Amino acid sequence: MGDSVFPLNYLPLGKKARVKALISVGSTRRRMLDLGIISNTEVEALQKSPSGDPIAYCIRGAVIALRSEEASQILVEEIY
Amino acid sequence: MIKDENQSVIEKKNLDDRIIALAGNPNVGKSTVFNYLTGLNQHTGNWPGKTVTNAQGRYLHKGKGFILVDLPGIYSLMANSVEEEVARDFICFGNPDATLIVADATCLERNLNLVLQTLEITNTGILCVNLLDEAKSKKINIDLKELSKQLGIPVIGTCARDGKGLSELMDEAYNLTMKKSIKSNYIIKYDKPIEEAIALLEPSIRKLIGDLSSRWLALKLLDGDKTIIKSINRYYKIDILEEEEIVNKLQLAREVLINSGIDNNLFRDKVVSRIVIKAEEISRKVVSYENEKYNLRDRKIDRILTSKTFGIPIMLALLGFVFWLTIIGANYPSQMISDGLFWLEVRINAFLITINFPVWLQGLLVEGVYRTLAWVISVMLPPMAIFFPLFSLLEDLGYLPRIAFNLDNFFKKACAHGKQALTMCMGFGCNAAGVVGCRIIDSPRERLIAIITNAFVPCNGRFPTLIAVITIFFTGFFSGLSGSFASAFILTMLIVLSVVMTLLLSKILSRTILKGLPSSFALELPPYRKPQISKVITRSIFDRTIFVLGRAVVVAAPAGLIIWIMANITIGNISILSHCASFLNPFAKLIGLDGYIIMAFILGFPANEIVLPIIIMSYMSKGSLLQLDNLYQLRELLINNGWTWLTAACFIIFTLMHWPCGTTFLTIRKETQSWKWTIVSFLVPTLTGSLFCFIITTIVRLLGII
Repeated sequence: MGDSVFPLNYLPLGKKARVKALISVGSTRRRMLDLGIISNTEVEALQKSPSGDPIAYCIRGAVIALRSEEASQILVEEIY
Repeated sequence: MIKDENQSVIEKKNLDDRIIALAGNPNVGKSTVFNYLTGLNQHTGNWPGKTVTNAQGRYLHKGKGFILVDLPGIYSLMANSVEEEVARDFICFGNPDATLIVADATCLERNLNLVLQTLEITNTGILCVNLLDEAKSKKINIDLKELSKQLGIPVIGTCARDGKGLSELMDEAYNLTMKKSIKSNYIIKYDKPIEEAIALLEPSIRKLIGDLSSRWLALKLLDGDKTIIKSINRYYKIDILEEEEIVNKLQLAREVLINSGIDNNLFRDKVVSRIVIKAEEISRKVVSYENEKYNLRDRKIDRILTSKTFGIPIMLALLGFVFWLTIIGANYPSQMISDGLFWLEVRINAFLITINFPVWLQGLLVEGVYRTLAWVISVMLPPMAIFFPLFSLLEDLGYLPRIAFNLDNFFKKACAHGKQALTMCMGFGCNAAGVVGCRIIDSPRERLIAIITNAFVPCNGRFPTLIAVITIFFTGFFSGLSGSFASAFILTMLIVLSVVMTLLLSKILSRTILKGLPSSFALELPPYRKPQISKVITRSIFDRTIFVLGRAVVVAAPAGLIIWIMANITIGNISILSHCASFLNPFAKLIGLDGYIIMAFILGFPANEIVLPIIIMSYMSKGSLLQLDNLYQLRELLINNGWTWLTAACFIIFTLMHWPCGTTFLTIRKETQSWKWTIVSFLVPTLTGSLFCFIITTIVRLLGII
């Protein structure tokens, strides 16, 4: 993995990125996989909640809000 | 007869009836399909939160009976939550003749995840691609024929709310369930080592359990899913880990996997990824977008409704607006119903006198039963009949998940689950529904917290009480519009208070008896939907009316009877009611109330709607007033019985925070399967409310304000 890979919660709003690795474990991992978060999945940061966390992402056509705890375990690479 | 997770029994009217399981993601119109086909307004559908328990209904098509079993709305069958387990077990072990999966046309790829998982279990799937009209308006095209070819099952496009496509759907269900030939399951091909492992294990499972779902069961056993072992045990009465052949083959299969470097985690990753990729492949073949920015409108709305500056103010304003409409709108019908019912009371009395009806019995029936009923109906019914549809409209629009999104950070800080905000919202409709709704929370610790604190938000049955007392004591002196604005404002602030208390108690619980950290969660923000305004209004008014009237008759009538008897039978010149009230009085006084009020809360245990009517009955039976037909007179009655603004304030607080009503109480018992947690759920709000009232009362008295 190169330097360009960073946790999803740092993805600026309106930007798209590609999932490079999912580092969560156990039931969290299961849930993230179930959402379709696997390698090379495209995600877009859409909207922050009023307090800045969670953040809503567009994942495979669905809008899913993730807390920073979960999003920080999804490593992505920005698509320019 | 088939028993599912919750021991609810499928009742066939006719032995030849076919059973159809209805599955699908949340918010795809599953309940609309269910209601349309069965002609039922399934009870759970009337609560916000939609299907919270397996409802069933029957319909006839071409002379054949079909029983539709509505499963909980879920995204996956991986058994991450109780609901997923319920749905999975019914599809796998409930032996439905067909499984109808409802999918959202505007978000097909995500829905295909559940579709594919379902098709791995059953060979009798039918796919209903719903909301085609919305997809069309978003310029999303779906090739239904190709989709059917890809999946190998019948696929029907529908717009369930207009009933479009549903007769074709029934035709397909008919054809499928009448067919004798058994076709094979849809097979998702996995990596070679996984296929080898399945091939080793599957024959032994087939030998033991039969053909059905054997491949899928093999996958689950290899996965090490413990819930599936429990379920097999429950439905087949087989302890699969005691079967030597299975255990041996499982051992061999695991070795195959490990030799290929696939451990348990990687296995799961590979299986789930395969399904996700398959969904992506299929969706790429059948879905085309004419407009890539089809979601732009929703994003724009979200940017306003969940914005940093406006998100929370808009939420409060909306809530306030709903309350204001409720208060304004309820005034007129309330007065009319009350006039009508008291007019009738006079006529009934006159009639009973002419036929020489015994005076004591007349008192019992008219002053006891009839009057309590009249109060429940006139004061309680109109606000409920207005608030509930308004609330359902917000829910239909898709606003509730946005509330959860806005509030999530507070819940996180309280170490609670993000979805607790949703179950809390359901509590506004009905606390019992809110408690059942807690099933969407999979971590047992956080689910318990959500259940225990659910009663802190006032349900539909408590709003009218709150509105009446707020109007009488705090805003009645305002005239016209400003009065209703002030009432709505106070009510909104009370809701803020109840949310704050929910968070505070959740935090305290997570620090004491339910220690732990918040678990992970993902919250879906579904597309905004145009609500079916007329349907929501007619349905919820109609159903609520019948429901409330029914409950009023069942609960309020006997309560009125008891109150009347207690007020009219004397021991040593003092009525039983006064005896009880004076027994409770010392405690009641401590928390700013009186014995009669506490009595009313106790007798109101079966239904919160009747607390205020019981108080009125109790005071009236002491003979201070004979007729009572408007709020002004109610104020006189209460003040004559020693109410001050402090009493009113404490009454409001105690209405917000006391034990859950009887229905909710029993629901908590059922949901937690534990008396201990049921009692905790009883005590937590009661103690909080008592303490709250005690502190206010003590401060006010110490300061000598009253």
